[in-house]
Amino acid sequence: MALVHDVLIIGGGGAGLRAAIAAAELNPRLDIAVVSKVYPMRSHTVSAEGGAAAVIKPGDSLDAHAYDTISGGDWLSDQDAVEAFVREAPAEMLQLEHWGCPWSREPDGHVAVRPFGGMKLERTWFAADKTGFHMLHALFQTTLKYDTIRRYDEWFVTKILVDEGRCQGVVAIEVATGKVQAIFAKAVVLCTGGCGKVFPYTTNASIKNGDGMALAYGAGAPLKDMEFVQYHPTGLPFTGILITEATRSEGGWLLNKDGYRYLQDYDLGKPEPKPVFRSMELGPRDRLSQAFVKEQEKGRTLVGPYGHYVHLDIRHLGQKVIDKKLPFVRELCLKYENIDPVKEMIPVRPVVHYMMGGIHTDIHGATSLAGLFAAGEVACVSINGANRLGSNSLTELLVFGARAGTAAAAFASQQRKPSPSVLAQAQDEERRLGERFLRKTGGTEKVAALRAEMQKTMEESAGIYRTASVLEEAARKLRKLQERFHDVSLEDRSYTFNTELIAVLELSYMLDVAEAIVHSALQRRESRGSHQRTDYPKRDDTQFLAHSLATRGENGSPRIEYLPVTITRWPPAQRVYGR
Amino acid sequence: MSPGTQYTPYHPKWYRSRMSVWWWLQNRSYVYFVLRELTSVFVGLCALLLLWHLRALVQGPEAHAYFLAQMRRPFFVALNGVGLLFILFHTITWFNLTPKAMVVRVGGKRVPDWTIAGLNYVAWVLLSVAVAVVLLRG
Amino acid sequence: MPPSVTLAVTRYRPEQESEPTLQTYEVPFRKDWVVLDALNYIKDNLDGSLSFRWSCRMGVCGSCGMMVNGSPKLTCAAFLSDYLPGPVRVEPLQHFPVIRDLVGDITDFMQKLKRVKPWIIREQEKPLVEGEYLQTPDQLEMYKQFSMCINCMLCYSACPVYGLEQSFIGPAAIALAQRYNLDSRDEAARERLEILSEHDGMWQCTFVGECSKVCPKNVDPAGAIQQLKLVGAVDWFRFLLPWGTR
Repeated sequence: MALVHDVLIIGGGGAGLRAAIAAAELNPRLDIAVVSKVYPMRSHTVSAEGGAAAVIKPGDSLDAHAYDTISGGDWLSDQDAVEAFVREAPAEMLQLEHWGCPWSREPDGHVAVRPFGGMKLERTWFAADKTGFHMLHALFQTTLKYDTIRRYDEWFVTKILVDEGRCQGVVAIEVATGKVQAIFAKAVVLCTGGCGKVFPYTTNASIKNGDGMALAYGAGAPLKDMEFVQYHPTGLPFTGILITEATRSEGGWLLNKDGYRYLQDYDLGKPEPKPVFRSMELGPRDRLSQAFVKEQEKGRTLVGPYGHYVHLDIRHLGQKVIDKKLPFVRELCLKYENIDPVKEMIPVRPVVHYMMGGIHTDIHGATSLAGLFAAGEVACVSINGANRLGSNSLTELLVFGARAGTAAAAFASQQRKPSPSVLAQAQDEERRLGERFLRKTGGTEKVAALRAEMQKTMEESAGIYRTASVLEEAARKLRKLQERFHDVSLEDRSYTFNTELIAVLELSYMLDVAEAIVHSALQRRESRGSHQRTDYPKRDDTQFLAHSLATRGENGSPRIEYLPVTITRWPPAQRVYGR
Repeated sequence: MSPGTQYTPYHPKWYRSRMSVWWWLQNRSYVYFVLRELTSVFVGLCALLLLWHLRALVQGPEAHAYFLAQMRRPFFVALNGVGLLFILFHTITWFNLTPKAMVVRVGGKRVPDWTIAGLNYVAWVLLSVAVAVVLLRG
Repeated sequence: MPPSVTLAVTRYRPEQESEPTLQTYEVPFRKDWVVLDALNYIKDNLDGSLSFRWSCRMGVCGSCGMMVNGSPKLTCAAFLSDYLPGPVRVEPLQHFPVIRDLVGDITDFMQKLKRVKPWIIREQEKPLVEGEYLQTPDQLEMYKQFSMCINCMLCYSACPVYGLEQSFIGPAAIALAQRYNLDSRDEAARERLEILSEHDGMWQCTFVGECSKVCPKNVDPAGAIQQLKLVGAVDWFRFLLPWGTR
């Protein structure tokens, strides 16, 4: 029995759910389905804490938000996309408020905003310090009111079906029963999030494996700007749990082992008792993470059982402010570090947090493959350029989720039903899954071991500072891991909720994505934003004011090409913070 | 559930365990809960005793004397004693749980639970004192 | 500190067996480890066929709820050191059908969630150009607690009424209904009250109170249910008021 829908959305996080609502609102007669490998409330949007930016205060302007974003992105952001983004952001955020999101408020009832890293003015809307949680639940509960949105919960997509030059649907495993099913669609929107798990220390959940990126890559769509990996400056040392930027926007300080606010040594301004926009602890994330590495090299960081760290001090904010604005941070520190941030300093260090790169899309969310769209962290439009500002990504989910959903709905309204020849592809996929994994005999490699090696390779080569020789070695190691992957064997041969099979498939996605990251990083011979090369320490606008495009090559490794950045009103300039 | 799936929410292969009749012995909260619910039995019994007392009073001094004699028997002393304990338990648990159902806000702030429960206790004591005064004076 | 600790974990492979069994594993003990870390150690090193759900490991996604030594807990927030010397018994959340090992079927809950209409319902929507609905911090405070539910379902496992009578709508769903009822932007409290007054709605609750005890986010679903019962009871008497309509 064939499963057919008009618009199929892969991923039930903020972007996916917003896309579903957008498609349902555009055309109530469309049959929309959301496929997610976890129940939508578990999507990683739920862990976002700090806030979502949109221009709302009287002294603020769309141009200011655009400039902050573009300079934050070290001029790699496509300015037409940024202009559309800042323009549509306030309406999207208001729409979410209308849908019930419990934004924190001013005493007079208006939505409150807080300052955030890299922003000239406060424009970050927040819901205490669990913004992503409240946004996701508001979106999810709103999707429940549309009868035209159906869900496939805990179905894992393994392949994108392509025929006649366009995307015709997907093949997915119903995890609970192990049944492999083709789901045909006239338009597919990928909203599967980022790939933090290719690194060992990350704020990301276990489900962030770059699924959508690898699926699109495998179907021939290029991945853009994959070398730009954001390290969030304040994650807890062992678990990597995120300590939100809001701690700094409320006034927290980063101190080295001597209790010194070391950021002042790195051209980020002078230390003031209260937070100053675009200065010191409110600088952009890439610069703060790079400062940590430099401090570590100077021997001024503390050393603990899980490596080097510095202190985040919010004691001077007082218990009242912490309990009102940062209650979740207090809860996390007490539980996971046995530390009360009201009385003690929080140990933090940079951890991988976000992928600026992703599937190349235009400003409507369309990829280069007809019928395939993408939005959210999985996509690279690009508005974040070489470094994302905090609180732009939650807004991005709404703006581009809506755009992609609308574009996909419009596309689907003009398409015929999928061609029957695609069914043969689906059957091939089912055979492949069975032969390669479930019924295969022999095989010596274990998933956990391969994954750990990949993560170690990535940590060493694609960290905050990179260099050619290490990247080349990493590219070789990853190729080897890809070959060894062919020899992987499963202990779990069951069909019912086989999480080992899912882990193996996720590993295959991560290996593809890791190769794209390393090759893109190797080819970009300059330093820009979060991609810092010790052998090419300067920004090179003559050669590299362009996006890298990684397309799958013959042997599986990517070939890298370049696409110029769209500049409209802000010619490239120096990024200045603290002055 | 999604269309086209091969199983229903109550799939035959999914394992469903039966809840044991002794589920309430699993932890202390459950035992406490069952005892709390059992207090209703004793409240009922003591109400019946009260009705019997009233009827005896109405019927005259002999019936009343007979009633009092019955109440001195060990069985009824025990019943009254245990009943009193359960009624006290019933009252205390009821008062302590009242603030959960009655959320009172004064000036935007929620009145703390112990205040609401406390007011109940105060009212109880005052009423008991009033009843005692009326009964003992006469 | 002992070098290792024993975990006794439920295994259920429906293709091979008709009943779950307990399998023991020896796991290294680390002061910082939670039960979830121990389960991941088993999966990565000892037995790749162990199935369980997890994602954020910071107590906000709600995936990793399981019974630990007979109590429903988020395994990402249950420290091994609290269960020494062991053995630590890890079982799937009770009152849900078991699909496999530690994975339960929560489709029942997903359907109940939809039943209470957990979205803003208004007669007239305010146009976006007019800005946000004004809501003071005090108004936000009215429903904030009930909006913190992560849908982890520990409350359903703790609720004996749900265990005995699967049709009961359950604590989390009712708490979510109350969250919307108390939201100053919503206008459908009466509609939700009608739904919750149905046979398997809030009146099935006997205020055991265990749901609020196990809730990792202090949502206090028991409180929400009792508040709704009070509103429902008072509402019933409305027919006595000459000016009120039923």
